[in-house]
Amino acid sequence: MRWDKILTLLAVVTVVGVAMWFAFLPPVKDLPWFPITKHVRLGLDLQGGVHVVLQAVDTPEAKVTPQAMKQVLAVLQERVNRFGVTEPIIQQQGARRVIVELPGVKNPDEVINTLIRPAFLEFKTESGQVIVTGRDLKEAREAIDPTTNKPVVHLTFNAEGAKKFEAATRENLGRHIGIYLDGKLIQNPVVEAVITDGKAEITGYQSLEEAHRIAVLLQSGALPVKLEILEKRTVGPTLGADSLHKSLYAGAIGVAAILIFMLLYYRVPGLIADFCLGIYALLVLLVFVALKATMTLPGIAGYLLSFGVAVDANILISERIKEELRSGKSLRTAVDHGFRYAFRAIFDANVTTVLGALVLYYFGTGPIRGFALTLAVGVIASFLTAVTMTRWLLRLVLDTGLIKNPKLYGA
Amino acid sequence: MRLHFVRWRFLWYALSLAVILPGLVSLSLRGLNLGIDFTGGSLMEIEFHRPAEIAKVRQVLTDLGLKDAMIQKGGASVFLIRTRPLEEKQSQEVVKALEQKIGPLTLLRSDKVGPVIGKELTRKAFLASLLTLVILLIYLAIRFDFKQGVAAIIGLVHDVLVVLGIFSIFQLEVDSSFVAAVLTTLGYSLHDTVIVFDRIRENIKIRRLSEPLADVINLSIWQTLTRSINTVMTVLFVLVALYFLGGSTLRNFVLALIIGVVSGAYSSVCDASPIWYDLKRWEEKRRAKAPKAGRA
Repeated sequence: MRWDKILTLLAVVTVVGVAMWFAFLPPVKDLPWFPITKHVRLGLDLQGGVHVVLQAVDTPEAKVTPQAMKQVLAVLQERVNRFGVTEPIIQQQGARRVIVELPGVKNPDEVINTLIRPAFLEFKTESGQVIVTGRDLKEAREAIDPTTNKPVVHLTFNAEGAKKFEAATRENLGRHIGIYLDGKLIQNPVVEAVITDGKAEITGYQSLEEAHRIAVLLQSGALPVKLEILEKRTVGPTLGADSLHKSLYAGAIGVAAILIFMLLYYRVPGLIADFCLGIYALLVLLVFVALKATMTLPGIAGYLLSFGVAVDANILISERIKEELRSGKSLRTAVDHGFRYAFRAIFDANVTTVLGALVLYYFGTGPIRGFALTLAVGVIASFLTAVTMTRWLLRLVLDTGLIKNPKLYGA
Repeated sequence: MRLHFVRWRFLWYALSLAVILPGLVSLSLRGLNLGIDFTGGSLMEIEFHRPAEIAKVRQVLTDLGLKDAMIQKGGASVFLIRTRPLEEKQSQEVVKALEQKIGPLTLLRSDKVGPVIGKELTRKAFLASLLTLVILLIYLAIRFDFKQGVAAIIGLVHDVLVVLGIFSIFQLEVDSSFVAAVLTTLGYSLHDTVIVFDRIRENIKIRRLSEPLADVINLSIWQTLTRSINTVMTVLFVLVALYFLGGSTLRNFVLALIIGVVSGAYSSVCDASPIWYDLKRWEEKRRAKAPKAGRA
């Protein structure tokens, strides 16, 4: 027996054990960093939300140009921020496509429909002459009109707009001024007095919420081109939470089965493999948090599948040790040879899996990319833990001299 | 006597063909049940707060002029409705009508895919599979030999055909995650094949140079067999748990993986190495004939 080795082993087991405990199920609540699982970004399919692919299309009035696309992105960003969506993703794809992902919104269809409204505001005289447009606005804000108790949108024009508006109201006293939104007449009031303070209001909304949405649109400016929905995927929050819960539960059972199997079949190498699998799980999780990667439902499947690959490295090593022991080698030589011979097979096999995952990442979108990424990270991490950690631990256990019976190593 | 894998190879080939041929027939006659990811269309998953009948749902959709909608029941009150691409207003009408005529419901998921996206996906899926095969062939040719690469690729094509065939026979829905499952199967199956090839490489190099190739291959397969079976089992632990407990969204994806992983393990042990053996023998025969042909 070598007490220094035994102490090292005990220290390693304790440190890893405590780290795992805190990382997954911390004993104290509200620690700033733990559990680490709470830092993993969840994809739309797990927390609910909407994913849309928008395409800008040419219309007789407006052609799609790079400049217009830049403006589209800015306007969409502004609108989404004002709607108060957390962690939205808005990115251009190709020349005229925009991908918008809004996690956790409650009424995704409504939000998307509002989001892609052009929101082009015009005030016109009876003869059709444009007085002011949405560009002259300084502010748009919803409110409840205290006298009528109905929702309204208050408009405030900027200095120049206010001047134009004042002149127009003076010229059109007693006549109508039409308010048009996206070319549709929404209100046609009669001018009763000259308006000098640059203020106007739009009435006729069903709810304050509706008025709020219009105010947001007007405030963030009009979209320069028309947007069409090419693809839309909505996941309700119930389904997302359900998927997350069920897949984690299923995964836990599957992984538990693997751990038990390894322990019963391979004994000491199996126990070490299980221990290293724990480290492996933690490592992959940390890489995920560090990369700020998004965990999707197929991503969880990829994570779990990579456990299978990680176990495979250990199975290869354990089988090889068993073989070497049976051919009459000593415990120590068997372990060394086992690693040496298994290494090349593990290396070649893992490279092929990673190559496949890379192609998948390159071609895939959204959830599929999540799957490819977890698989690739998982395989690389498993390779590292299997050939370094497992080897070191197995030698350490041998060195302690605690377990000498070759039968416990599979002989 | 232990089973000699190489000598029994025609039995393994026959077993593979017995699965692949019906699949090919089904593929050519009926094709795949392509989901909206490929064809374009709208999909809604709804859950009524009380159990409902499929006939009633169909009635509501027919009244709205959506006679050819595909309706699938997934539980007592959960329905999956697939239609042609619907405008926002239309899909809102569908939800409203179902709510009024049948009862309160929750919209679990609603997808719309334009036909353009579907076409792109088909092209991408095809390109991705092809690219994977080419990259893997190159890698294998470098690390092993070209014929082993070819044998491994035949094994991979075998796996793809098994998965596609079974999905066609049972008309299971194919969506974009199916592509991911197939590509993963490729990687996984190759992983298995490489383990066996690695052992053959090692045995040829250091041990049994004098033995016939068939015996060396057979020995290598036996030496790696426990590992092959145990690894498939551990992967299946996870996949089977996911299939039964993981919720409906992932089910077809996991099923494709299960079929692919089992087929991959089989083809790696029973097909890839024996096919390499046949390729080698074929080449030797040709070489043996060639000088004679030259003299004649």
